[in-house]
Amino acid sequence: MSAPLVEIENLNVRFHGPRTVHAVNGVSLRLEAGETLGILGESGSGKSVTLKTLLRLLPENRTEIGGSVRVDGVDILSLDGRALADHRGGVASMIFQDPMLALDPVYNIGEQIAEAVIRHEGCDKAAGWARALDMLTRVRIPSPERRLKAYPHEMSGGMRQRAMIALALACRPKLLLADEPTTALDATVQIQILLLLRELQREFGMGMIFVTHDIGVAVEVSDRVAVMYAGEIVESGSVRDLIRDPRHPYTKGLLAANLHGAVKGARLQAIPGAPPALDAVPAACSFAPRCPLKLASCDLARPPVAVPAPGRSVRCVLAG
Amino acid sequence: MLVYVLKRLFYTLPVAFGVSVVCFLLVHIAPGDPLTSVLPPDASAQLQAEMRKIYGFDRPLIVQYGLWVLKTLQGDLGVSIATGRPVAGELRLALGNTLMLAVLATLIGFVLGCLFGFVAGYFRDSWLDKLASFVSIIGVSVPHYWLGMVLVIIFSVQLNWLPATGAGPGGSADWAWDWVHVRHLILPAVTMSVIPMGIVARTVRALVADILSQEFITGQRAKGLLDVGVFRHVVKNAAPTALAVMGLQLGYLLGGSILIETVFSWPGTGFLLGQAIFQRDLPLLQGTILVLAMFFVALNLLVDVVQTMLDPRVQRA
Repeated sequence: MSAPLVEIENLNVRFHGPRTVHAVNGVSLRLEAGETLGILGESGSGKSVTLKTLLRLLPENRTEIGGSVRVDGVDILSLDGRALADHRGGVASMIFQDPMLALDPVYNIGEQIAEAVIRHEGCDKAAGWARALDMLTRVRIPSPERRLKAYPHEMSGGMRQRAMIALALACRPKLLLADEPTTALDATVQIQILLLLRELQREFGMGMIFVTHDIGVAVEVSDRVAVMYAGEIVESGSVRDLIRDPRHPYTKGLLAANLHGAVKGARLQAIPGAPPALDAVPAACSFAPRCPLKLASCDLARPPVAVPAPGRSVRCVLAG
Repeated sequence: MLVYVLKRLFYTLPVAFGVSVVCFLLVHIAPGDPLTSVLPPDASAQLQAEMRKIYGFDRPLIVQYGLWVLKTLQGDLGVSIATGRPVAGELRLALGNTLMLAVLATLIGFVLGCLFGFVAGYFRDSWLDKLASFVSIIGVSVPHYWLGMVLVIIFSVQLNWLPATGAGPGGSADWAWDWVHVRHLILPAVTMSVIPMGIVARTVRALVADILSQEFITGQRAKGLLDVGVFRHVVKNAAPTALAVMGLQLGYLLGGSILIETVFSWPGTGFLLGQAIFQRDLPLLQGTILVLAMFFVALNLLVDVVQTMLDPRVQRA
């Protein structure tokens, strides 16, 4: 088997400021070419931070990154200047949560796409615009010629996200990073965008990491899912295994808290408590304070990563 | 776009009307008799009445206003009471001089202000930012006539590099773009440029800092743009506001800085205005204020139009 497209080993991210935040603590994950990994977790679980590390988009001056991050065999953490810029958008590119905020309001869509193409492929303006038109057609924006000249504020939310996807894919990246790309959209538009993403991913043969807090969305697009909690991956495995047989109490809780199949009038099963503050590196299981199955040993040390079946991992003492 | 310009042009008509009324009334409401400055103190009542009649001051205000507007529309701003020369001619000369001074000062101020603003915004909270902010605060708060005098003392009196006053050997009438004349322009222009420099620098600094903190800048980096490419986005986002501020500053400077033009005896509108006020020269005062106000209105219109061209979000609004 060839080297994986993405290989993250023991990633640690700290933000320094008035207080230090240990946002990501010892995350390791792999992504094969053409595969889709869903990272599932609630706000502050470190999923977006992990994703942004792959493009080194975190503010340099107050972020401390440890561990190793390799994309397509290249050590991302050692990239600098032009090499880093070549990586961004060329090898890996990102779709942001809210395209209204992530697109420049005073440049039209065509310019913004063409600019990226010209930057990465060194082609002339005409070729850049031709690619922009081609991309808008591929993401199925109606009357793409006209939309090239449209500004972000002149488009609907779904259309903007399509334009964002067109921009992200314009330079044929090997890795697509999607940071909650459907969270800001209407439910009906969400599904269209998800289907489009899945289709384009196959067509372009890209690997994709899809960050979301919505289990339904994660199940819809992913081959494998990694569940994050308090800066750690608590469980990962194929979508099928994870849904049918969740091993970590947090994953079980998430699945139980889902609206699907809930009886009207009955109380929803929420996980009691709130995630811990990340002021320090967790010395014990971070989920222990909320865990219904907690043992005495859970408070003493971080549970080891157990591998209950091939391709699965669970960070819980009960899983081993 | 053309429709938009025409529409905006149409909207300026009521503004122009309002401006003319205010100009006219202000001057007439002000206490004091315009004729006292030309007539000897012991002039007979009959002579005073006669003079009033000649200048039309005896008629009802509304009629005076109507006549004044009618003549103004034909390009006739009346005759200066103090000098007996047509106001329009005096104004034309003064306007030309002030325009030169104001445009040059605004350009210097804009270029330096943008430079300081971008540096301060990009390197926020560094010593460069503090230095640039310090310079711009000085620019905004230093009394300009005082700065003018200091510059005169240094460059004219001590070093003897540049002339202290005037607009050249032939006065204001025969300006030419040669060193003999241009050297007269340098000190007043530099003194004047300090005002827009400070304001533009502060505006641009705030703009740049705000733009850099927005997510679309991360978006530009995420698509692989180098710093130069990202800078282009910052500039285009900052341009509409920066240009608007520059336009308004030019407007203020066109009013001529009475103080600066007086310090340098620069024969511009500010100087003229000062003279008109002290001599209670009604036609000259009225004409000058009106023309300056109209300039300001036109400049606002221009700024709006340019802003619309630069920022696609404004047009539909």
